[in-house]
Amino acid sequence: MRQQGSGRIVDAQREDQPPYLYPDYVATRLRAPKKPLIILPKTLSDTTGPAYGHGPIGELDNDLTRQHEGEPLGERIIVTGRVLDGDGRPVKSSLVEIWQANAAGRYTHKNDQHSAPLDPNFSGAGRCLTDDEGRYRFVTIKPGAYPWKNHDNAWRPAHIHLSLFGEAFRSRLITQMYFPGDPLFEHDPVFRSVRDAEARQRMIASFDLETTRPEWALGYRFDIVLEGRNATPLENRK
Amino acid sequence: MSPEPTPSQTIGPFFHDALLGEDRTQLVSPDHPEAVRIEGKVFDGAGEPVPDAMVEIWQANRAGRYNDPTYDRIDLPLDPETFSGFGRSGTDEGGRFSFVTVKPGPVPGPDGSLQAPHIMVSVFARGLLKRLVTRIYFPDEEEANARDPVLSSIEDGEFRRTLVAREEGGALRFDIHLQGEKQTAFFEL
Repeated sequence: MRQQGSGRIVDAQREDQPPYLYPDYVATRLRAPKKPLIILPKTLSDTTGPAYGHGPIGELDNDLTRQHEGEPLGERIIVTGRVLDGDGRPVKSSLVEIWQANAAGRYTHKNDQHSAPLDPNFSGAGRCLTDDEGRYRFVTIKPGAYPWKNHDNAWRPAHIHLSLFGEAFRSRLITQMYFPGDPLFEHDPVFRSVRDAEARQRMIASFDLETTRPEWALGYRFDIVLEGRNATPLENRK
Repeated sequence: MSPEPTPSQTIGPFFHDALLGEDRTQLVSPDHPEAVRIEGKVFDGAGEPVPDAMVEIWQANRAGRYNDPTYDRIDLPLDPETFSGFGRSGTDEGGRFSFVTVKPGPVPGPDGSLQAPHIMVSVFARGLLKRLVTRIYFPDEEEANARDPVLSSIEDGEFRRTLVAREEGGALRFDIHLQGEKQTAFFEL
């Protein structure tokens, strides 16, 4: 399929990002493009980006434990970190959106068939803006592991989904944050789709005693690095 | 030393409450005199609609200015109605998404060239470990499209035409085929 002068075989050698086609993750088989990707020269179309994608952020939008009348069940946690661009500079006033399962491993979503209970006090969605140092902070519940039908006895490791904009169209990222020491890592094709072991570590939060609040909640730290406005084009990256 | 980027992971199937709680499909009111409705479907490699995708768009305003606070084309006007240039739509059971927006003006391309009016598109879905990026071009811009540096870099005419919307029932139709014979052209950033 190399008929495109400017095209490249989909999913070149880069191992610090997942490929489109990763057959162990069955849903990629019919959704991964197979024709060559076209290299997009940098222009204002992709080196600009929206200031942030939403209207005003509510006061409790970053506290997923206080969005209902009662407190959700499960282990209360604080998740915080910095959003940085490819040059290590803080990404300021940038929207961070998260979503996750409840402590029992169940999402509040009509398509979630897991038999684990819903929690009437937990919706599992939050958002906030980063501050001038690129910092974000959420209070939430540690999500449970979650079964899915990808293969026999398939379970997703506990994770929180994060959506980030950064400074430019180029820096847009949706990823998942995992918890340290999860025994499910080696069985999870989504996690393992990032073939570089060091890159996989960058998706795992670290326990942080400084963030931990006595008698109240464990703290986890998770920094996120986006492709910067001036990131090296992929073809030059080695 | 520059820090290494965080890897991408799939949006999964359960993002709707968190990401689609507010309607972001109308960048302008449907009553806007220059409103353009863009609609399309997302299909997988078996030709089946993808009911759990999210499509985002980013574009300049009618003058060709992006509403980015650090953007330097200050000679061009921002819209009084504060056109954000950003939109987000889920897909329904039929794989359908839609936006109401305006046609952007031309924007600068590489080496002093001018790009034809276009809209940047990101596609997220279960089964996509990272987003797909494509562009929507306009069918009534034949001349500008022919000169567009990005469009004209695609040699295969049929593949190139996957990026040009078509007029259909008063709207612009832009289908996204993730895989297969009719696959849409996608970009590597």
